[in-house]
Amino acid sequence: MAKNKPSEPRTKNRIRHLIDTQWCKGCGICIHFCPEKVLEFDEQGKAKAVRPEDCIACRLCELRCPDLAIQIIMDKEDNHDHP
Amino acid sequence: MKQKEFNFKDYIRNRYFPHIWCPGCGHGIVLGALLRAVHELGLEKNEIVVTSGIGCSSRISGYVDFHTLHTIHGRALAFATGVKLSKPSLKAIVPMGDGDALAIGGNHFIHAARRNIDITAIVMNNRIYGMTGGQFSPLSGSGKKATTAPYLTIDRAFDIVDLAKSAGATFVARSTVFHATESKDIIKKAITHKGFSVVEILTQCPTYYGRKNKEGDAIQMMEGFNTHTAKIGSKKLENNPNLIQRGIFVEDKTVPEYCEAYDQIIATAMKESL
Repeated sequence: MAKNKPSEPRTKNRIRHLIDTQWCKGCGICIHFCPEKVLEFDEQGKAKAVRPEDCIACRLCELRCPDLAIQIIMDKEDNHDHP
Repeated sequence: MKQKEFNFKDYIRNRYFPHIWCPGCGHGIVLGALLRAVHELGLEKNEIVVTSGIGCSSRISGYVDFHTLHTIHGRALAFATGVKLSKPSLKAIVPMGDGDALAIGGNHFIHAARRNIDITAIVMNNRIYGMTGGQFSPLSGSGKKATTAPYLTIDRAFDIVDLAKSAGATFVARSTVFHATESKDIIKKAITHKGFSVVEILTQCPTYYGRKNKEGDAIQMMEGFNTHTAKIGSKKLENNPNLIQRGIFVEDKTVPEYCEAYDQIIATAMKESL
């Protein structure tokens, strides 16, 4: 299934970016420091994961978010497919 | 048992979020580092007491879901000393701003260090009084602009690390919010250390300090923390010794801790009275 996808995720786990737009103040720190340029501003000036498939789960956004507005969630179910 | 994965929502009072800090303020990064440190140490929430004074940074005590005291300006260490002496089993953490710690509370700071009481002081140094509108602080340094120094400051800055060292603190370290993981690791060591620990974390105030001194936005200020600092013992520091040093400067385990020393005095006095 996964091999038909044009850009296969680099990590075995599926990564979700849980962004609380109520808490995000749009400082752009996460966007600037993301090494894979996963995040961008949405139309309301809040952080949004526009290329989640490129995420390498380094968690720099989560560590440096001053608003505690980002959480990287690793979905572990996929582990069964990749022992 | 495997430790539960970190989720900051387990350690904060959700109802007070979003917090009051400005967009891009580094204080939130220090909060994150503190919560991660507590999680990785596996501490229970009711094992910790966070005491703070007044200022932007001191708002932390309202946001964390530990025992907390939001006290008076500069006197957080005095309150924490009282708490610690009455309940030495608690881990006392005191987040402070640079002005709260070294101007208003300067006296409490040096004497807490001299006593070597087991308290972890986290000095969030943004080099300005943010909450009251950008007045210069004892950490601003000379030649800086502030609301109260439109023609530049003339006062020299304290060096928190040198001051803490000479006042007798037995754990002294410095990091920045750019180095969030390093900050977390240092806070962990500071909490574990038995004695007075001082952790200076350079953080940005883009609203006042950054804007007035043309240091750019929060992102540029954070990049500055990377370029203007170097880890002690690193090649970068060797090549440019004028950079601000990061790392652990003092870790002395030989000095008796105040509460323990006090307990011994009590024991001696009790024997005498028998």
